[in-house]
Order: sequence, then C-alpha cells, then structure tokens
Amino acid sequence: MCRLTDSCKITTDTDSLRSEIRDKSVRVVDVRRRDDYRQDHIPSSVNLPLADLLSDDSPERVQKLIQSLGIDDETSVVVYDDTFGALASRVAWTLEYLGHSDVTLLDTTYSNWKSLGLEHDSDVPEVHNRGHSVSLQPGILATSDYLESAKERDDVILIDNRERLNFLEQHIPGAISLPYLTLASRDRILRPKGEMKRLLENRGITGSSEIITYCGSVGTLSGLAYYAIKSAGLPNARLYVRSFKEWNNLQKPTAKQEDASYWDLSAE
Amino acid sequence: MRVSELDQSMSGPKKPKIDWSRMEEADNFAKTVKLFRQGKYDDDSFRRFRLQHGAYGTRMTGDYAMVRIKLPAGEVYPHQLERIAQLSEQYSIGSAHFSTRENVQLHWVILEDVSEILRALAEVGLTSREACGNSIRNVMCSPMSGVCKDEEFDATPYALATARFFLRNPMAQNLPRKFKFNFTCCEKHGMARIVDVGLIPQIREVDGRKQRGFKIFLGGGLGNKSYVGHQLEDFTLEEDLLYTSMAVIRLFDRMGDRKNMARNRMRYLVHDMGWDKFQNLVLKERAIVRATQSVVTHLDVDKMPDEIRRPIRISDQGGSATPDGYARWLKTDTEKQKQSGYRSVFITLEAGDITANQLKALAGMIGDFSAEGKARTGFTQNIALRYVHEDDLPLLYSKLLEVGLARSGALTMAVPIGCSGTTSCNLALTNSHRLAKEIQRKFLELKYDEDDDLRDSSIKISGCPNSCGQHGIATIGFFGGGARVGKDMYANYQMLLGGRSDGEARLGDTCLRVPAKRVIPVIIKVIELFKANKKPDDDLKSWIHRIVNSSGDTEIKTVADIKKAVGPLTIPPTKEEDPDFYLDYGSDASYHTKTGKGECAA
Repeated sequence: MCRLTDSCKITTDTDSLRSEIRDKSVRVVDVRRRDDYRQDHIPSSVNLPLADLLSDDSPERVQKLIQSLGIDDETSVVVYDDTFGALASRVAWTLEYLGHSDVTLLDTTYSNWKSLGLEHDSDVPEVHNRGHSVSLQPGILATSDYLESAKERDDVILIDNRERLNFLEQHIPGAISLPYLTLASRDRILRPKGEMKRLLENRGITGSSEIITYCGSVGTLSGLAYYAIKSAGLPNARLYVRSFKEWNNLQKPTAKQEDASYWDLSAE
Repeated sequence: MRVSELDQSMSGPKKPKIDWSRMEEADNFAKTVKLFRQGKYDDDSFRRFRLQHGAYGTRMTGDYAMVRIKLPAGEVYPHQLERIAQLSEQYSIGSAHFSTRENVQLHWVILEDVSEILRALAEVGLTSREACGNSIRNVMCSPMSGVCKDEEFDATPYALATARFFLRNPMAQNLPRKFKFNFTCCEKHGMARIVDVGLIPQIREVDGRKQRGFKIFLGGGLGNKSYVGHQLEDFTLEEDLLYTSMAVIRLFDRMGDRKNMARNRMRYLVHDMGWDKFQNLVLKERAIVRATQSVVTHLDVDKMPDEIRRPIRISDQGGSATPDGYARWLKTDTEKQKQSGYRSVFITLEAGDITANQLKALAGMIGDFSAEGKARTGFTQNIALRYVHEDDLPLLYSKLLEVGLARSGALTMAVPIGCSGTTSCNLALTNSHRLAKEIQRKFLELKYDEDDDLRDSSIKISGCPNSCGQHGIATIGFFGGGARVGKDMYANYQMLLGGRSDGEARLGDTCLRVPAKRVIPVIIKVIELFKANKKPDDDLKSWIHRIVNSSGDTEIKTVADIKKAVGPLTIPPTKEEDPDFYLDYGSDASYHTKTGKGECAA
C-alpha cells in the first residue's frame, strides 16, 4: 500500500517545483513562522506555521485550515520549511492522515533554496476557499495504546529519532536509536534512495516489518523519519505523533542505558 | 565577502597528500556485522575483526562501539574535521573526543552504523583501520614537529612514511599485542621513552658529512606495569629507520608472548629477556632485514616542504579592542615557533571533548588563520593550530571566544588529562573523565594556569590501573579504584608523584590513596606545601623531582612526608556526615565498581 501519491513520490526537487509553480499546478505550503514567511518565501506559497497547526490538529480544524489555503482533494501540495524537513514532514503527514494523498516535501530547505539563487518574493497570493473531504487514514497513525500492544509483536520495529544522548538516558523499551540527523544528505533533507536503503538495511529495518517512529514531543523529527522510511520503499510506516512526551506523561514504562556516565563525555 | 570566501578564491583549501582510506573496508565491515548478528561469526573472530577496523567495545553493552579515527602524525585538514563533526552528530553523541595518541574518537556508536562512518571517513581520506587490536596503532609525531625551536629537523615526513608503510602491511596484522610508535621533536616535548618505539630526530656528522638520523628508544610503555624505554644505540642513520622498525616488529612478532594477555606488550619481552640481550637481537635482526630484502624496501619519505602562506585577510577587522583574557590565553595556550612571527595555538578542551559545532567552527578557523592550512592533534587530548601569524592572534582569540574555545591553560597543569573512564570504557572503575573536568574548572578559577611555577607540571588521571590516562608520567598522577567503609563503597584514586616523559623520563612513585571527592583539596595542599618549601628557582616539577629522589632538604624531604601532610584530608567521613562523598563524580547513585571485559588486547 502506498498512500503517498500514486508514484509513491516522497519529495519534489527544486527544478520540478519551479516548473509546477510556473504551470500553476501546485499549492506550495511554507510552514515557517508567520514573520519569516512575511519577509520572503517561495513565490506563490501560502503560510501554514507548524505551531498554528499544532495548536489544534483535530481533523475538523485541519480540514478548515487547508480549505482556507485553497487545497481541495485533487490539489497537488508541496511543503517546505527551514528546519531540515522536520516541520514540513509533520504538516505533510497531517494532510496525509486527513486523506490528502498528493502531498510531497520539497527536497531541500528554504535557506538552501535561497543560497542556490532561486526565486523568492514577499507577495502573499490571493487564495479562495475550496472544499476538502475528510477520509482519515488510521493506518499511518500510532497512538500510545496502539504502540503499547504493537511493540510486543515481532514484526514491528520501533524507532527513536531523538539524539543519541537522549536515547541513552530514556527511551521506550524495545526502541532502536536512529537520530534524525542520519537521514539527510549534504543538501537534501533525505538521502538518495539507495543510501537510505543501505542505512536502514544495516539496522535491520526492512520491508516485511511495520515501522513506528517517534521523537521527543510533537512528531516532527519522527515525521521526517516516517518519510525517510517510505522513501526507501518501505510502505508500512506509522508515526507515533504524540511521541515520547505523551508516553512519559502517561507514565508508561521506559528503559535506559545502565552503568555508564555517558553525559560526561559530552562537551556541551 | 567573508574572509573564508576570500581565502578560497585566492589559493583554495589545502588537501591532504595521503589518502589513508579504502572504501571497500566499509562494505566489508557492514557485511561482517550482519554475519556476526546471524551467528555465522564467532565472538572472538568478530571481535578481532572489529578491532582491526578501529571499532572498540563499549561499557556494559554489545550494541555500541567506539570508532577511533587515526590521524597519523596528528595531521588533520579542515574538511576532515568538518566531516568528523557531522559524523558525531549523526552517529555519536554530538561531541567528538581527542585522545592522548592523536586519534579522534566517536563514542556510543551503534555497531551497525560503524560501516556508514567508515564510508564517510573514506570519502575524506581518513581511516580507523588498525586503530585498535593487535596492530600498529596510530603513528604519533609531536605537535611541535617542524616548528619547535629545539628540534634538529622535522620528523613529520618520517612519521607519515612509517604510518604509510605499516598500515595494512601483512607483517603487522597479527602481532602478539598492540604496538606503538612515537616520533617527537626534542627531549622536552617528547614522549619517546614511554612507548614501544620512540624516536627523536638527530643530526650527526658521519663520514665527514652531516647526516640525519634518530635516537631510538625501545621497550617503554605505560600500562598495568609501566617501563621506561632503552636507547638502542648512540645514533641510528635515517636509512636504517625502516630496517630497525622492521627488525623490532619481527622480533616482537616471533618472540612476544601470545598467551598471557596481561603481559604481552613488547616492554615485558624486553624486561624479561633483559635489555642487553634484546638490544643484541635487534641489531642482529636488523642486519638480516637489511641483507634479505628481495626488493628494495624503503620508506617513502616526502621531503617536499609544505607551502606556508598566510591567509589573506581584510586588515581592519573593525579595529575593536582586544577582548578580556587575551594576555592570559596568549601566555598559557600559545607557543612561539622557530619561524619568526608565527605561533602555535593549542586549544584548551575539557578532557579532550569538543562539540560538533565547535569542530565546525575550528575547521573554518584553520583555513582562515593557519598558514599551513591544517591542524595537528597533540599529546594531551587537544588540537593545535600552527603557523598563526602574531598579528592575527587577537582576532583568532575573538573567534575562539565566540564558540567557547578560548579557555586558557592548554599548555599548563591546570588542564589535566582524563581517560574516558566510566563514561564509556568497560574496564573503568571511576569517572576519571569527569574528575579531570572538575579539576580543570576549579584550577582555572584559581588561575593556576597563570602560575609559572606550575606551568611545566602535569596532572593525568586514569579510571583504572591501566594507563590510558598516562598517570605514570604525570607530575601528579591518579588511577582509579574502589574503597569501602563498612558496606559503603566510594571512588578512590591512587596518587603518584614525580612521573615525567622528557629526557629524564621516570615513572611516578605511589604516594597514597585519595578519595575521588578529596582529589582537588589534596592537589591544592600539595601545591601549598610546594609554595611553603620551594627554593627561589624551583618549580613544582623540579621540587617534586627532588622529593621523589629523596633529596628534599626542607621540612618536606620525601614522598612519605607529603603523604603525612595530606593524609588527614583523605579520611572518609561517615555516610551520614557527608553522603556526597560516597557518590562518584557525575553520578547520583551509590558508588559500586562494575567492569566488563577489556579489549586493549584483542
């Protein structure tokens, strides 16, 4: 099963996006803060700050939000950020969860877009409200209850995308550590497919398993990992969107690396 | 246009002359890990393979490894440091660690990710091959080689050639135990007498002409039992360097103990056999090596001098006042070079740790400030930028300040060495790493780094009796253990006094055991005793040297007198009086000793 567009495209490269913008065949969503967006952005893009989305990401509200951005069921959406793709991923995942399948990530950050000398302006496009249906995709979501039972299964791999020291200190029992910074390549938010496959295969993350990702609090770093896994051709991924913060608040069991003072090796 | 952009447009960044890597080793490593996890490789064979590729085990877990990146002769280029920074963020803990043997270590790496690191290192010409295991470890060279006022010639090209000759060389793949070469510049900056093979460059008149060669010391080394090396002969000619090295390695390979892991370094062979006999065997073996090479075997010594070009800079950088602390930093972190107008700048770290962001910033500064366009790792868990023009020092200081790398004290006793201890090592009994940091913070606060009497002394700390922290050659050295009051345990250190690694190399004498939480007051007390009893031209090092040789002539005459004076500080309080005493540094749980299997011997 591949929900994410028919061709299973995860990212859109800069050249493709530029021609789609020219053809007016795309809705570009900038998920940076309002002020940053106002200063400048990719031409024709609309602003959906992640914090705004997260303040209430119930399906009803998300539906209204995207309708107000002129996105209907058929709109091709490309999302970008300036935070190595993590914020964009969280927004893209939310759209996907709502049932919007045609959404991809710009394969680079806005800073890099600018440093490549590509177009940007500060014009705010005029958008008209459009209707969008809701067709929730529970198959890409992991709740704490779901995770608690799923992680006991042999065919489930749980991935922690926080930094290594955080993982050593505390993690969900049975999770493996794959820090989000391993996912990118030099100027792309995700490694090329072959390299991503190699990284994941080395870690035993292969096609036959269901893969659940989580990070510290709101599913951004693990959102990126969710798309990293799909980009390697592994279709069966879920995002534990409330992540470790919720798990901890619910006082569910955690594990840690015992008998070592690893923090003292850090120069921070 | 920024300064760095200007530089690049003028000359371009310097590129390494030698590629130490082999990309196929990364694939091979990944494959072998998979086979091992599938049970197709037994533990011992896999461990040997892993160590041969520079991946060391980690405290209490089989899931993680430490990757030790070799920097032969300590040379490292800006783009290589950038890559190491990136790897530390991706696969390690966001910090890298400079070792005492000019390696850079990435800790808490998942074993399955090691191959990704090897691949990324290969892209920038670096390797971790033979950084661990029973092999020839990183070939060291003094960070002052080439710039030291007292050296006779620069040993760096010889260190690089030696590293190149032995890396992946079949004759060095399965030695009885690890084997170490140290090249140095002069007696003072040397570490030539505490290593398997130590070399000091010398120029002598032979057959009426001046010729290059080395003073070679054999059979030294630090460990559970440490020895000072013996000088092989008065002078070893340059062309005999390789033959001598090969002869020694062949002898060690043939005669070294392969059974008793605790006693199989070459120093035990030398000690058990007696120096005279070993010396004789080396000289004979060298004659055989020289006579029996089927093809001409020689070191490929690249004597082309490095290009020294001061990076071009826009001269008026705002003309702002020099920030506070500059004079102190200049005094305690920099050394004048023999090349007039230039200084070498040593970066003060804490026990060798540096963040990824600091590494990236440092990489930029090397390009912007060093006229040789590369850096050198040092003997004391640090890194040096050399060939910094004196006019550029204030600006460099400001830049270092911005990223938290301008701490003073790098070249003084205020900055101790601490091995990794319980932060990652299987053998450690105490958190020596954190203790070194605590001492440094306290001593910099007390401005000990500015005290000329303390400058040449050193503090070195190991977390167990093995000597990764080099406690045996410290003016004041410590190695960790556990002690108890009734059923309550606490971290405890054996203190040694009077060790040194220079021309008068000797190992420290044991003084007394000091609880971890009393180490700082005890060192301060020793310094007070010194101040009260010193003669006008004494420094701490010379004063302690006299005392360990039992020739003190004031109130404090012997090590026993020091022991008596500091003894009261080491008496444990009850747990009720001082619960903190029973916690090791960096831990809020009751202290207990716990160790796993060491891998220094594969």
